[in-house]
Amino acid sequence: MQVIPTKSPTQFEREQFRRNSEFPELWQCLDQVKDPEIPALSLWDIGILKDIKRQGKQATVTITPTYSGCPAMDAIAEDITIAFKAHGIEKTVIITELSPAWTTDWMTDKGRNQLRDYGIAPPNDVIGGHEQPLNSDSKVLCPQCSSADTKLLSEYGSTACKALFQCNSCHESFDLFKHI
Amino acid sequence: MTSSTETVSKQDTIDYAARLGDDAIVIGHRLSEWVSRAPFIEEDVALGNVALDFIGHARMYYTYAAQLSNEQNSTDDITEDNFAYLRDERQFQNHLLHELHKGDFAYSTARQLLIDVYNKYFLEQLKKSSDETLAAIAVKAAKETNYHCRRSKSWTLRLGDGTTESHERMQLALNDIWGYSHELFELDDLEQRLVDAGVAVDCTLLKADWLKEVTAIIEEATLTVPDQEWAVSGGRQGYHTEHLGHLLTEMQFVHRSFPGAKW
Repeated sequence: MQVIPTKSPTQFEREQFRRNSEFPELWQCLDQVKDPEIPALSLWDIGILKDIKRQGKQATVTITPTYSGCPAMDAIAEDITIAFKAHGIEKTVIITELSPAWTTDWMTDKGRNQLRDYGIAPPNDVIGGHEQPLNSDSKVLCPQCSSADTKLLSEYGSTACKALFQCNSCHESFDLFKHI
Repeated sequence: MTSSTETVSKQDTIDYAARLGDDAIVIGHRLSEWVSRAPFIEEDVALGNVALDFIGHARMYYTYAAQLSNEQNSTDDITEDNFAYLRDERQFQNHLLHELHKGDFAYSTARQLLIDVYNKYFLEQLKKSSDETLAAIAVKAAKETNYHCRRSKSWTLRLGDGTTESHERMQLALNDIWGYSHELFELDDLEQRLVDAGVAVDCTLLKADWLKEVTAIIEEATLTVPDQEWAVSGGRQGYHTEHLGHLLTEMQFVHRSFPGAKW
């Protein structure tokens, strides 16, 4: 029998971990906390939320940075603390875990779709797969008009995690969330 | 690398992490000087992002050094900021190549090529460190370094094999900085102790691969690998060129003028 996986094993593991948590209400609470640079995406969907633990009025949240110089991390830590205050948690300790290093593979399917709707091409929209490095011939599906006739303008876009492309069909320029 | 972490002195690891942080913060700051001055807007953004990656690496190394310092002396409350903003020139132990002035775009490109290719091989080894935090930082930083290398290579080819003017400037830049590259492959007593303990990278072993890759790119760019014999070193011992003091003055000014300022 041939098994056709509908979900990547990495995503399956993440979801299972979340399902087994003792504190589902806290995970739900953080679904309201968005990446300040990409407000379409929750911390869970972008894949940087790793663990939540609660001890009475104190919580410990483990997150992992996307890019090491990501200036959003401080804002994210603050947003988590504020969201938890509303849940009666007086003290939130944020642990930044470096290993294993964050990868775009941890982004959820929902997150990828939201990213595309927001106008940013998700990493899996690179034609021919995102595993090989970008080059001047790289093509990415335009998040505006879905054309594959696009060109790379710069490997670095508005933030370190994105590359800048332009669509030759609708002429819009757009960001690609780079695979890492 | 063998693991015998119990023989490692905590102070050695602090000093090593701080050195790696110094390299990253100094080059990160240098690159940031290009913001609003790059040849065109996309490159401006790229340079800003690469600078940010390096500053991010520096923060990880410094945060680790601070954590170990606090473990060593629990009355201290040291943070990454102590390392970045409250040390003087002689306490910085970055390689000299990193601190040299920004120069023209060819100069910054040539320097970045040498540093990025070096980091690629360096981080590959640091991933195997018996120190778990340093190894984790290396895994993170290596992913970003792959992007840096591609950017440096494509600019080297574009400028070297570009116009007469860009070719000349690239060659001049390489000739100017080549003598600073040898220091990248030196080991002092501190690093030798950490290499023996499996913590640090034996950078003397990186030279062959580095030279091979850099030579291939330089030659593809129709440029020549400089054959000068001079070599400068001293950064790891805190002896610097005149450029570092100016950089630190700018970088540390706000923090020192308004201690503890928040916004």
